[in-house]
Amino acid sequence: MRGKGIRIEGLKKRYGTGDTAVDALKGVDMQVAPGEVVGLIGPSGSGKSTLLKCLGAVIDPTAGRMTLGDEVIFDDGWKVRDLRALRRDKIGFVFQAPYLIPFLDVIDNVALLPMLAGVPNAEARQHALDLLVALDVQHRAKAMPSQLSGGEQQRVAIARGLVNRPPVILADEPTAPLDSERAMAVIRILNDMARKYETAIIVVTHDEKIIPTFKRIYHIRDGVTFEEAGEGRAL
Amino acid sequence: MISLAGRDILHSWGKFVFTGIGLGLLIGVTLVMAGVYRGMVDDGKALLDNSGADLWVVQKDTLGPYAESSSLNDDIYRGVLAMPGVLRAANVTYLTMQVRKGGHDVRAMVVGIAPGKIGITPGWPPYLVAGRQMTRGHYEAVADIATGFALGERIQIRRNTFTVVGLTRRMVSSSGDPMIFIALKDAQEAQFLKDNDAIWQSRRRTEANPAFNRPSVPGLLDAVIASQSSNAFVNAVLVTLEPGHAADEVAESIRRWKRLTVYTRAQMEDILVGKLIASSAKQIAMFLVILAFVSAAIVAFIIYTLTMDKIREIAVLKLIGTRNRTIAAMILQQALALGVIGFVVGKITATYAAPLFPKYVLLVPADSIAGFVAVLLICVLSSIIAIRMALKVDPAEAIGG
Repeated sequence: MRGKGIRIEGLKKRYGTGDTAVDALKGVDMQVAPGEVVGLIGPSGSGKSTLLKCLGAVIDPTAGRMTLGDEVIFDDGWKVRDLRALRRDKIGFVFQAPYLIPFLDVIDNVALLPMLAGVPNAEARQHALDLLVALDVQHRAKAMPSQLSGGEQQRVAIARGLVNRPPVILADEPTAPLDSERAMAVIRILNDMARKYETAIIVVTHDEKIIPTFKRIYHIRDGVTFEEAGEGRAL
Repeated sequence: MISLAGRDILHSWGKFVFTGIGLGLLIGVTLVMAGVYRGMVDDGKALLDNSGADLWVVQKDTLGPYAESSSLNDDIYRGVLAMPGVLRAANVTYLTMQVRKGGHDVRAMVVGIAPGKIGITPGWPPYLVAGRQMTRGHYEAVADIATGFALGERIQIRRNTFTVVGLTRRMVSSSGDPMIFIALKDAQEAQFLKDNDAIWQSRRRTEANPAFNRPSVPGLLDAVIASQSSNAFVNAVLVTLEPGHAADEVAESIRRWKRLTVYTRAQMEDILVGKLIASSAKQIAMFLVILAFVSAAIVAFIIYTLTMDKIREIAVLKLIGTRNRTIAAMILQQALALGVIGFVVGKITATYAAPLFPKYVLLVPADSIAGFVAVLLICVLSSIIAIRMALKVDPAEAIGG
């Protein structure tokens, strides 16, 4: 599964019915290879969030096909029975704000996902610690989220998105609250992690300063995507 | 799997502990209210136990002597004593009044007891904690220790002064007033005796009445005045039975042949619990229901607020694959934890506060267990709103747009 990343073909989403129906996605095509980080850019109301919610198995697309690795997960209907398990095991999320659980320390914020999947606590914490080391925040493992800086919180959030080794990570404006130095650091980390764990990462962004770092960019406008080669500026 | 509820409680322990203390005080009041009811029932039973009687003979068709007034001639006991199965019969009077000592007074039930012996004659205090029983025919008293009187102190009942010669304990009326035992004759006088002006007015009225003041019948006026100046009535006759005789049978026999109302111990207990303190019990029950609703509202509000504060985190938890039952369990466990904290605080509060109440508060372990179960049940019900709200949270809320 991991070898093929994520492929989206003709994905459509219609809100409402009859005269009031709105086509938020009119046939989206995307493909992101393992280890690749692509940008998804578009103005407000273009359908970015709808696409992200469809990819995240949070809302039901109206039509189209989505393939995760070798597994077709949607083909004019969900092919997976347990969408909750799909989100937990095969899709990583990184949000605009870190949204860490405030009453769990850093290591348990990251280890929570494997614990939810039934991994024993000690093993889950070891996975989490490995990622914290990779993201250079292992020294904050026992800290509470409120004790972290914005950059540290975002790195912990990335660790949480990666902890179950999902084939795809959906990052929704992950650099929005950060200054340009920290924003670039986050993009560098996402690229490193994508390569290291062979994860396909889709970064939804408005952030002008990070757009030049993508090698490939998908523009979305009026519910339709079109691909563009990015500058792929060195990080 | 880690306990999300436990971690959240540890993270915001101040909020939980202070809310728990507030809830605990409410639960404490609830337990004390239940204790007040138990105390009333126990006071009633203590009254019956301490009287040492198997039967209560009272004025016909009354619920006397505790729930209604009852008046019997003080020679009726002789006829009762002659009934088969009756071992002893003794007159008794009860008068609830303010008993004065020096500059202050104490509410007490003054009990007039017939001459006899401790442990034998019904109506006598069955034991003393200090001093001695009454040995003189007049002006001695045995007081319950709750009156605050000490041995040798002089107390005033109506126009007469009595010396406290003995102290007893847990001798109370059905409403919890401590008892003071005096001689029957003194008690009859206390029930009847009026002030000098009233006596003088009464004599004048009698003298002015031509039916009583008849020159042709010498001595009539004096006889009438003499009868008006004494009290030959008691409130009840306490009866103990000979071994081997059933209370119901002897009671029926006295009812039939003496045309009086007789109550057995079980009937008297029904009167005390079912009639005398029934309205108080209903009042307390209403308070308990209101307190239960207030407790439920507080727990529901706190749990709802705590859940509202975590809406975004709950959306994230759902998005990353947390099961609904895990989230529901987190909220439920928090509500139960709040209930447990509240109950512990409430139980401690009730235990330490109960002795400070002026009337007897009896905290029964069974009530505590029932209260604990009720608190947990209230917490479960109160968390339903918050759980429903949490389960309705759309995981898409975690994603912007």
